[in-house]
Amino acid sequence: MSNRIDVKKTYKLFINGAFPRTESGRTYEVKNAKGLFIANPCLASRKDLKDAVVAARAAQLGWSKATAYNKGQILYRIAEMLEGRRAQFVDEIVSVTGVTKAKAEKEVTASVDRLVWYAGWTDKISSLSGALNPVAGPYYNFTIPESMGVIAAVAPESPSLLGLIDVIAPIIVGGNTVVVLASTKAPLSAMSFAEVIATSDVPAGVINILTGKKDEIAPWMASHMDIDGLDISGLGSKRHAEIRSAGTENLKRIYSFKSADPGRILAFMENKTVWHPIGL
Amino acid sequence: MSFYGLVDGTEASLKKYLGSLSGVDQVGADARAAMLATRSIKAASKRWAIDTAISMVDLTTLEGADTPGKVQGLCTKAVRPDPTDSTVPSVGAVCVYNDMVGIARTHLDLIGGHHVGVAAVSTAFPSGRASMAVKIQDTQDAINAGASEIDMVIDRGAFLSGRYIEVFDEIVKIREICGTKAHLKVIFETGELVTYDNVRKASFMAMAAGADFIKTSTGKVAPAATAPVVLVMLEAVRDFYAMTKVRIGVKPAGGIRNTKDAIKQLVLVNEIAGPEWLTPSLFRIGASALLNDLLMQRMKMDDGYYASPQYVTID
Repeated sequence: MSNRIDVKKTYKLFINGAFPRTESGRTYEVKNAKGLFIANPCLASRKDLKDAVVAARAAQLGWSKATAYNKGQILYRIAEMLEGRRAQFVDEIVSVTGVTKAKAEKEVTASVDRLVWYAGWTDKISSLSGALNPVAGPYYNFTIPESMGVIAAVAPESPSLLGLIDVIAPIIVGGNTVVVLASTKAPLSAMSFAEVIATSDVPAGVINILTGKKDEIAPWMASHMDIDGLDISGLGSKRHAEIRSAGTENLKRIYSFKSADPGRILAFMENKTVWHPIGL
Repeated sequence: MSFYGLVDGTEASLKKYLGSLSGVDQVGADARAAMLATRSIKAASKRWAIDTAISMVDLTTLEGADTPGKVQGLCTKAVRPDPTDSTVPSVGAVCVYNDMVGIARTHLDLIGGHHVGVAAVSTAFPSGRASMAVKIQDTQDAINAGASEIDMVIDRGAFLSGRYIEVFDEIVKIREICGTKAHLKVIFETGELVTYDNVRKASFMAMAAGADFIKTSTGKVAPAATAPVVLVMLEAVRDFYAMTKVRIGVKPAGGIRNTKDAIKQLVLVNEIAGPEWLTPSLFRIGASALLNDLLMQRMKMDDGYYASPQYVTID
């Protein structure tokens, strides 16, 4: 018989590159498919959301100015780190959701591949969407997509890892910073993914992850004046109208997506048009 | 000059006076300041605290790159911090370098800001390293240009080497020049005074020499207005009031950047010196970035959702 006491992980939030507990001190219980207790993650408060937005805003200018090459490298680095910790993610997905190991492995593989796919988009998105516009005058007229700012997102309940990556990656590819609320029922892989981000050269504040209740946090995200866009893919469609209405005051762009495609990147970018005189 | 009957102007009497001061319990001061910082403020009091803090701000720009345009912009903001909301009070004063005093005063009067003072930093700010003649001329210039408050720095070199009488005489001379035209604030640069005992000593010396306000820092040295230092200075003005029945003001400056910090300062004032000090004539906060955060918190309390820096001015 072993006398060793289990060393269990404390699941905290991920804000500004650090792992603070929620300032509210609240937690909630996560149970597995059979109803057995697994962990006590943080139940994020409105103040936590505010702190995360402050961090994301501070990081946004620097991230938007990073070269496409550099952003691509960093996204690829996240994929590398995730690949290296595959076993841990498989275990966590199995323990919380009760799916088979094979199915969990498939989700982790898809997650790594999705990150690599988005990494490739960093230096291609402006060629895809940008344009040289024909104008009736002696000007070059360009339109190029630029980052929108701080974007908040609600990740889907499942798949808990792939769904999270599907909301985070397109937002940061566009040069935005993100505050994302992870799956409520299965937040463990999200917080472990935060550890992957923390070791992947992602500048502090570019990705911030909260855990908690969607019904609490999504309306706060919608009404926050300093969030420029909101991805509500992970929110039940019944609540979409309410969230969209809360976001009208501040002209927030609010979208919901079903698949991974370049349109998801462009949704949170704004077009800039430049007129440049043509010389002789 | 009577110096409240505490000293007679000689070095011997000053040494006796400063020697009679009790020491500061450093651990106790740190612990008490930390304890008071945890106090929770409810919404109604917070609203009051935000408006009070705004009225206490000495809106400051002390950069080599200051231009007349920037100072005029600052003055406009000082009179009406939030152009969209006339219920926001004006700040206490604007604080500028000597050569900007005239520009600030003219612009304030032009836009109806007669009630907003102009504070000039003086006596070879921020280092205090110049001859007495230069320091006197510096102060006289500021007053001639219309400064209603003089923020002088002490000679920390003289203070730290024990030449207290030099520092004392300096404050007395600048006090004479200020006369009835300007309030005198004495800056200690507590970050350079090293110990709380020195802060207490400097506080009592400046008060006896005729300071209207004692001020922590120039804003050019870190650490600046830490909570324990402000606590020690508030205890000093409280004790000085008990001795002389005269209330001296306190101005923390430097490092107070958000609403939370400002409210912590107000809690200290209320708990240490007493509610009588919760007025702009006895407590000021030297700051620049703080005002925007106060305005954003105020908007949040009015609107119910978090504000964005995009809705306040860029200074």
